[in-house]
Amino acid sequence: MSEDGRIPVFVERKTYRRRRMADAARMLPMLGAMLFCLPLLWAIDEEPRTALTMFYLFLVWVGLCVVSAVISAHLPTEADNSQTEDQTEGP
Amino acid sequence: MASLNALAIVCVLYVVVLFSVAFAADRAALHGRGAWLRSPIVYTLSLSIYCTAWTFYGAVGFAVRSGLEYVTIYLGPTLIMIGWWWTLRKMVRVGRSQRITSIADLISSRYGKSNTLAVFVTLLAVIGTTPYIALQLQSVTLSFQIFAENDLLQRQTVSQQSIAFWVAGGLAVFTILFGTRNLDANERHHGVVMAIALEAVVKLFALLAVGVFVVWGLSGGIGETLARIDASPIKNFEVSGSRWVGLTMLSAAAFICLPRMFQVMVVENEDESHLRTAAWAFPAYLMAMSLFVVPIAAVGLEKLPSASNPDLFVLTLPLQEGQDGLAILSFLGGFSSATSMVIVAAIALSTMVSNHIVMPIWLWMSGGTAMVSGDVRNVALLARRISIAGIVFLGYLYFRVSGGGAALAAIGLISFVGVAQFLPALMGGLFWRGANRVGALAGLVTGAAIWLYSLFLPSFGDTFLMPQHVIEHGPLGIDWLRPQALFGTEGLDPIVHAFMWSVFLNTLVFLVVSLLSFPRPVERLQGAQFVNVFQHSGTAGTWSGGLAQSEDLLIMSQRIMGPAEAQALFSEAAKRQGIAGLLPEPTPDFLQELERVLSGSVGAATAHAMISQIVGGATVSVEDLMAVADETAQIMEYSSRLEAKTEEQARTARQLREANDKLTQLSVQKDAFLSQISHELRTPMTSIRAFSEIMRDTEGLTEDEQNKYSSIIHDEAVRLTRLLDDLLDLSVLENAQVLLNWQSGTLEEVLDRAVSAAGGSDPDFQIDRLPQREHFELRSDLDRLAQVFINLISNARKYCDAKDPVLKIRAKRSDDRLIIDFIDNGSGIPMDKQTLIFEKFSRIGETKAGGAGLGLAICREVMARLSGAITYLPGQKGAAFRVTVPIDSPSVKAAG
Repeated sequence: MSEDGRIPVFVERKTYRRRRMADAARMLPMLGAMLFCLPLLWAIDEEPRTALTMFYLFLVWVGLCVVSAVISAHLPTEADNSQTEDQTEGP
Repeated sequence: MASLNALAIVCVLYVVVLFSVAFAADRAALHGRGAWLRSPIVYTLSLSIYCTAWTFYGAVGFAVRSGLEYVTIYLGPTLIMIGWWWTLRKMVRVGRSQRITSIADLISSRYGKSNTLAVFVTLLAVIGTTPYIALQLQSVTLSFQIFAENDLLQRQTVSQQSIAFWVAGGLAVFTILFGTRNLDANERHHGVVMAIALEAVVKLFALLAVGVFVVWGLSGGIGETLARIDASPIKNFEVSGSRWVGLTMLSAAAFICLPRMFQVMVVENEDESHLRTAAWAFPAYLMAMSLFVVPIAAVGLEKLPSASNPDLFVLTLPLQEGQDGLAILSFLGGFSSATSMVIVAAIALSTMVSNHIVMPIWLWMSGGTAMVSGDVRNVALLARRISIAGIVFLGYLYFRVSGGGAALAAIGLISFVGVAQFLPALMGGLFWRGANRVGALAGLVTGAAIWLYSLFLPSFGDTFLMPQHVIEHGPLGIDWLRPQALFGTEGLDPIVHAFMWSVFLNTLVFLVVSLLSFPRPVERLQGAQFVNVFQHSGTAGTWSGGLAQSEDLLIMSQRIMGPAEAQALFSEAAKRQGIAGLLPEPTPDFLQELERVLSGSVGAATAHAMISQIVGGATVSVEDLMAVADETAQIMEYSSRLEAKTEEQARTARQLREANDKLTQLSVQKDAFLSQISHELRTPMTSIRAFSEIMRDTEGLTEDEQNKYSSIIHDEAVRLTRLLDDLLDLSVLENAQVLLNWQSGTLEEVLDRAVSAAGGSDPDFQIDRLPQREHFELRSDLDRLAQVFINLISNARKYCDAKDPVLKIRAKRSDDRLIIDFIDNGSGIPMDKQTLIFEKFSRIGETKAGGAGLGLAICREVMARLSGAITYLPGQKGAAFRVTVPIDSPSVKAAG
C-alpha cells in the first residue's frame, strides 16, 4: 500500500511487534512445508524406518501447533485498528 | 459377539441424542442463550468434517497400502490452517462482508455476480461431491455388514441397499429439519454445528480409544508397538517424492475448496477471531486423528487374516479381540464421520443448487419478475429442501449403480482433484484485481475438462465413455494424449498427474485469458472490494435509486425474508432516514443493504437480479465509476469548479475596473466642471462688479456709456440667472419634484416651436426636416419635450464643425412610441466620450464657450420623466441623438 503515502515509517514498539508477528504467521506454513518434506531427503542411501519418520513428523506437527498458538495469540486484532491491517495486507 | 440388534439400538439412541442436541442448540440460540454455542472450540470442532468416514476408516487402509503416506491428507490442511493469516482470514472476511452463502456464491460474487460461473461451480461441486456421499454410505453399510457377519444369531442377511437407503433417508430428514430452519444461509445453523461438534468429539474419542487399545492393550506398550511396526510390511518409509508433495498440495487445495469445508469455515463462521484458536487447535485435532493410524495398521496386518479389508481394521480389530463395546464405539465414530460429512455437504450443495440453479429458473419461469403472486420465501425453502433430498438421493443412487467396491474407495482423492479446480479462480479473485469473469470461466472449464478426461472417467475402468484402448493408447492412437500420461509425462501417479496438469493448465488459461480480456464495471468494483477487503469492508455496485418503488421492494422482501423480518428491516431503515412509517426512501445505500440481506437468503446473483427487476437495471452509477477511477474524477470536478469561480471573479474584477474607470472619469469631469462653473460664475460676476464700480466711481459718464455699462451688467446678470436656473432645473428633475403639464398635440407643432426657438433654419445652419412625416399625435408634456428638442438643435448649432452644417431631423413610429433622430454632419462625438455626454457637468471640447454642460443631463432627466429616453446613436456620420417618447402612456398619466 505504498501508494497511500500516509503510512508512517516509524510505529510504536507494540505495533511493530504485532506486525512482525504477522510476518511470522506468514512464514510458519513455509517452514512447516519444508520440515514435512525433509524425510524425502533421508531416503538417499536406504529407506528410513517408518517408526522413526513417524516420530519426527509428529514432533514437527506438535511443534507447529505450539508455535502457531503462540503467534496467533500475538497477532494484531480487530481492535488494533485497521491501519495495521492495511500495512500488513499481503500482495 | 455383538448382536446386530444391540448395534441398531445404540445407533438409534445415538441418532436420538444427535437430534436432541441439535434441537436444544437451536432453541438455545433462539432464546439468546448459549454463548457457548459460539465458542471458538465449537468452531474448531465443526471444521473436523474434513475427517470423513473415508479418513476415519480409510486412513488405516491407506497406511496398510502405502505406509506413512496417509498423513499427507492431513498435512495439507495443517499447513493451510497455521498459515491462516494468508488466505483463510481474507476468505472469512470477504464471506462476512459480502454475506457469501457458498463457494459458488463467492466466485460468482467476485466475478461480477455472474450466474454462469455460479452454475458451473455448482455443477462441478455436485459431480465431485456425489461420489463422496456415496462413499460415506458405503462405509456405513460396510461397517454394518461387519457386525452382521459377526452376529451368529442373525439368520437372514441384511441387505446392503436397505441399510444405505435408511441411512440416506435419515440423513436427509435431519438435514432438512435442522439445515433449512431459516432461509438466510448466512445465519448460523446452530443445531447442525452443535451436532457436528459432538460428532467430532465422538469420532476423535473412538479413534483414540481404538489406538490406545491397540498400543497398550494388544501390543503391550509403545516399545512393543514400535517393534511390531518394524516387523510389519510397512516398516520402511517408501514414499515417492511426487506423491508426498503432490498429495500434500492436493489436500491443502481441497481443504480450501471443498464446498462443505467452505460451509463450516466461512459461512458458519461466527467471529473472525475464532480462526485464531482454530489455527493451532485444528492442526492438533488432525494430529490426534492420525496418531494411531500406523500402529493400528501394523497390528491389524499382523493379527487379522490377510483377506480382511484393511479399510475396516479400526472396526475388525476390536471385534476380533472380543471388545464389543469398543467396536460399537468405533462404529459410532465411523458413523459420525459419515453422517456429519453428508449433512454439511448436503446443506452446502443444496444452498448452491437452489440459489444458483433452481431460483433463477423459477424466476425466469414466473415471468421474470419477483412481483408475481406466490411466496418466494416458500419457494426458496422448498427448493433447498428438495435439493437436499435430491443430493442425498443422488449419492445413494451413485452408490447403488456403482455397487460399491474399490472404484468407490478411490473416489476420495479423485473428488479432491475435482474441487481443487476452484482454487485458481478463488485465489486469483482474492488476491489479484486483474482476474476477471471470462478468465475464471475459461480456467474452470479447462481444469474441469482435464479432470474428467484424465482422472474421473478413467477411474471407472473400461467404460463406454472411456474405453480401455483410449486409456492405454490415447484417443485415435495419439500417444501424447493418453489420459494418464498427458504430453508424455509417464510414470507419474494418476492422481498427482491429473492434479498437476489440471490445476496447471487451469491456472495458465485463467491468467492468460484474464490478461487478454476486459472486465465489466461490476467485476472491477467487486474485484476491488474483494482484494482490498481490509481497507474497506463495504459492498460494491450501488443502486441508482429513485426508480424503485419502496412498496414493491417491501412486497418482494416479505416474500423472501418473511413479513416480520422484512418490515423490521424497512422500518429500521426508515427510522435511520428520519421518515416516520414503514417505507424508507429507496436510496442507493438502502438498496445496497437490502441486496446484501437478500443475498444471504437467495445468493448474490439472484438477489441482484431480483432487485434489478424492480429498480430497473443500472447498477453501476457514475459515482461508482468515479470511485474506481480513484480520485481523478473528483479532482477534475474540483478544478473545473475552481475554474468557474476564477472566471466569475475575473468578470467581477473587470466590472469593478470599468466602474472605477467611470468613477475616475466622473471625478475628473466634476473637477473640470467645478473650475468651469466657478469660471462661469466668476466671469459675469467680475464684469458686473467691474462695470458697477465704474458706474459708481467714475464721474461724468455719458448717457450712452451708462446705458452700455448697465446693459452689460444686465446681460451678465441674465446669464448668471440662466446658469442658476439650469442647475435648479436639473436638481428639481433629478429629485422627481417636477410637475408635468400634460397636453395633446402633434409632433410637427412641437418641432416647429423648437426649431424657431433655437434660431430657425438659415444658410449657416440648415435644418433638414420632412414635415409630412411628422403628423403624429401625442400626449405628453409638450413644453418639456420642446425643451429637449431645443437643446439638441442648439447643441448642433453650437458644436457642429462641418463647413455647411446640416441637421437632419427624422421621426418614425414604432409600436406606441415615437422615435425622433437628430443627426448632424459634423465630426460627431468620440467613442470614449459617448458614455459621458449625458452626465452632469460634461462638456465636450473646451474651446467653444457655451453652457455649463448641463443641457444633455437635463434632457436625459426630462425624457426619463416623460417615460421616454434619449440616447446617443452611434454609427452615423456626425453626432446623432435618438429621442424615444411614448405616444400616450397611462402610467405617465398616473404619474402626472
